[in-house]
Amino acid sequence: MNKKNLYGIVAILVVAATVLSACGPKATPTPAASTEVEVFSWWVGPGEADGLAAMVKVFNAQYPNIQFINAAVAGGAGTNAKAVLATRLAANDPPDSWQAHAGQETIANYVAAGQVLPLDDLFKSTGLDKVLPATLLPLISQNGHPYSVPVNIHRSNVLWYNPKVLAAAGVTANPKTDFATLDAFFAVCDQIKAAGKICLSLGAPWTAVHLFENIMIGTIGAQKWSGLWSTPPTTDWAGADVTAGIANFAKALSYTNADASTMTDWQPASKLVSDGDAAFNIMGDWAYGYFANAAPNGLALTPHTDFDWAVAPGTYGVFNFLSDSFVLPVGAKHPDATLDWLTVAASRPGQEAFNPLKGSICARTDCNQALFSEYSQDAAKDWTANVVVGSLFHGVVAAPAWAASITTAVGLFQADTTKTADFQAALVAACKSDGTCK
Amino acid sequence: MTRRILTHTLLYIILIALAAFYLLPIYLMLLTSFKTISQVDLKTMWSLPISGLHIENFIAGYKQLAPNINNSLMMVIPEAILSSLLGSLNGYLLAKWKFRGSNLVFSLILFGMFIPYQSILIPLVKFMQSIKLYGDIPGLILVHIIYGIPITTLIFRNYYAGIETELLDAGKIDGAGLMGLYRYIMFPLSAPSFAVVIIWQFTQAWNEFLFAVILTNQSHWPVTVALNNLAGSQLVQWNVLMAATLLAALPTLLVYLFLGRYFLRGLMAGALKG
Amino acid sequence: MFRKFTLRVPRLILALALILGGAICVFFLWNVQLIIAGKNLTSIGILLAGLVFYTGIILIISMFQSETVLSIALLLPSMVAVAIFVYGFIGWSIRVSFTEWKGLNPDYTWAGLKQYYLLFQNNPRFVIDVRNTAMFTVGFILGCLIIGLGLAILLDQKLKGEALFRGIFLFPMSISFIASGVVWGWLMNPSTGNRITGINLIFQTLGLKSLISLWHSTPMPWGMAFTVIPAVWQLSGFTMALYMGGMRSISDDLREAARVDGASEFQIYRFIIFPMLQPVTLSAVIILGHMSLKIFDLIVALGNKAIGLDVPGIYMWTTTFDGTNYAQGAAIGVLMLVSVAILVVPYLIQNMRTETQL
Repeated sequence: MNKKNLYGIVAILVVAATVLSACGPKATPTPAASTEVEVFSWWVGPGEADGLAAMVKVFNAQYPNIQFINAAVAGGAGTNAKAVLATRLAANDPPDSWQAHAGQETIANYVAAGQVLPLDDLFKSTGLDKVLPATLLPLISQNGHPYSVPVNIHRSNVLWYNPKVLAAAGVTANPKTDFATLDAFFAVCDQIKAAGKICLSLGAPWTAVHLFENIMIGTIGAQKWSGLWSTPPTTDWAGADVTAGIANFAKALSYTNADASTMTDWQPASKLVSDGDAAFNIMGDWAYGYFANAAPNGLALTPHTDFDWAVAPGTYGVFNFLSDSFVLPVGAKHPDATLDWLTVAASRPGQEAFNPLKGSICARTDCNQALFSEYSQDAAKDWTANVVVGSLFHGVVAAPAWAASITTAVGLFQADTTKTADFQAALVAACKSDGTCK
Repeated sequence: MTRRILTHTLLYIILIALAAFYLLPIYLMLLTSFKTISQVDLKTMWSLPISGLHIENFIAGYKQLAPNINNSLMMVIPEAILSSLLGSLNGYLLAKWKFRGSNLVFSLILFGMFIPYQSILIPLVKFMQSIKLYGDIPGLILVHIIYGIPITTLIFRNYYAGIETELLDAGKIDGAGLMGLYRYIMFPLSAPSFAVVIIWQFTQAWNEFLFAVILTNQSHWPVTVALNNLAGSQLVQWNVLMAATLLAALPTLLVYLFLGRYFLRGLMAGALKG
Repeated sequence: MFRKFTLRVPRLILALALILGGAICVFFLWNVQLIIAGKNLTSIGILLAGLVFYTGIILIISMFQSETVLSIALLLPSMVAVAIFVYGFIGWSIRVSFTEWKGLNPDYTWAGLKQYYLLFQNNPRFVIDVRNTAMFTVGFILGCLIIGLGLAILLDQKLKGEALFRGIFLFPMSISFIASGVVWGWLMNPSTGNRITGINLIFQTLGLKSLISLWHSTPMPWGMAFTVIPAVWQLSGFTMALYMGGMRSISDDLREAARVDGASEFQIYRFIIFPMLQPVTLSAVIILGHMSLKIFDLIVALGNKAIGLDVPGIYMWTTTFDGTNYAQGAAIGVLMLVSVAILVVPYLIQNMRTETQL
């Protein structure tokens, strides 16, 4: 027994000695916090991470004394980034600035919770208020105050297509000019279906919501689409316009591939188009980089011959946008450094560094277009000239809870497209539960 | 003798068929990890990588994971050892030193296994902040150990319950106390259970993402966060992701190979019982 | 309770030193940060100091010569930890589920059973979730038990290369759920015609056309049944390990004795080994059950949040974090726990009864 006890005592003494010596003389007070700025984003993938790095380079050159901490978490499976951010905010540990989709995702979430500050001064000092399209400002503002700095603009309503598939099916219509209505598009779909190809490729379930918003805009037009989201709605959710949109959505779904729900994301659906198995795909303009970029970030295809693009059917003259933006939290740990970061994010050099790599266009209308791809230059022209409306799935027009309810309703509808009445009832209920509808 | 050979051949055929089924997804992962992104396609998933083996996927994956591998090791090794020791102690006490209410204690502990972690993130973060263990690896270790208590206790308790109490009684007659019996009789018999529990805890903690990303700050993120960050929000490079997944699975594989021996040693320990 | 107290002076001195040292360290580290070579070691210091403090307490208790007290004292840290991290947090969830909390700021306005009512009142998604979880749980547990036991028996035959096979069967467990979901999603691709691929392509090549399947894209409700395949693939190896551990704790003498008595190998398994494996089976059911009821990553990666493959874990996640509806999300979480309780508590009670008889 003695020997056993001895071992135990020796072991405990060693531990105790280590602890005592460790926490004894060497303990030092916390050093004064150096200036840093912790920025939370979901830009980790190819292209986007490079874009962020380029913008950080601009930031470091202007503010060499501030250390940039890149707290990026991928948005991937289960949209982890949102959970991490929501938990940190709920536990009062906000990053210095974080990425949020401009629009209601910012306003209904962070502004309503009183967690972010208005940025009127920054918009004036950086001249951002003068170089944004007039239709954009109301969408990212609450009571006239902007709350986030839009860094980039993506377009949701893009129709990607394979010209070879169209030619082989004997389609003479030109998607760029002849799809003023969805009916024109569906007529072509019948031709393609007859030729044994998929007309409209669809990917993971969220892409169905993406499709839904663009079919709805294509059916009811920009003005009535915006009316769905105003308080109170000027377009009736229970009305005939929405019914027509749902009918078109059901029809569009009937032209899609049956294995859509098993696809990992949007990419396999886009690849069906470039492989020649499908004719069309409605997807945001991030698909351009996937098609056109050289390996390893893309398929290195030739624009106009291997793939081409048009504005989604029925939405000519409309720019359905989404935007990544950054906010200024209440009680930021390093408010000055955060403002410096936002200034760079709002600036022309910052946006010119970021966007060409990300494959998006500048939120500012004064960027040097020579830096951008052919598609982006196209989009930038539309950005200034078109009617701008906001995306549903990508956080612009609806509060997150509302968008989540609609996503559920679309999912249920996708499982059984005969239940149009149930779907519309669910949409009405979603609006009521948000509080926008009475 | 011929019958023995026959049955053995049959057994091997079954085993090899099963092994092929288990390896099929791994083979697909390997295949994908050697391709370029334009070859990563559903239609051609079984075709061999054209234009050579693209080792650069593994290099790219490694580059992304490397800074975080150290964090993961610092977290997982103490976690697996401490939580299996704790589970073994708990299991021993609950199996062999029953007091009034000890079964209730065990049941209450066990029920903790079923808590859905996603729903308790906010109080967890607040609590960890209040005990000053938020943001760093020791806090993450503590959380993994605590949420591992139910399962480790369960496995050890059921294992110890199968060991005859007569062994302990003999030890008691020799004058050994509660801890003495554990150290000299139970602990040496526990090798198979330690192997199972360490495999489990190591794998769980190594692959765990949610606590890791939320409870530690960016400089302490373990490898799962880096792995997760390989999948961009808009473009996923499946080839690099698969290469990185295989790389990230290597430490766990090493643990299996190493601990497999202890299963066998457990067999020999079983002979002691006679 | 305290039969006797034996004073051992050196041990008492050591115990007091540990208690004092630990307490001082905790207090010190609480207020001052510990930084060595640029690394902040405060939190690890607090943990170690706490451990030292408690070791001192245990040393003092050990002098009372009461095994019951010592046993409780040794269990106490685990009990306290579980009380806080499990029951405290469950309490928090229950509280939130009775509120109106929607949006990022906590809102503890009392809402009664509203959140539960919303889940049960005409909510098709929740119905799907319950059905899917039941289907998944049954398939997953049965699959793992049967295959795991089969593998364990196969490897119990003392064949050469056992270590290799054991490694192969265990290996899937080391792959993250997300990656395995993605790969199985590829393997179980339902495309047909010229786009046929994955396992379907293998079936076609082998001439087994009748086996070609829509897999997990089979229309509701049967698509969910196929999600069991990757889950069983991942965890049957672990179930095998549990069974092997159990089989190895059965002494060879017992089998030998049975053989001498003329029992066939089958009878040995049926009448000697299987009954002794019952505790292992129960462990396995609980471990697998707790995974299946909480399953999340695997199904997200495989089903991409398709509604036909929805489970409560996904519903809770989207409600809480995509929809910032914390009260509703908490209600889903609480219901998940209740469903577990319905399954597990009878087992625990029965477990307690039979144990006390022993």
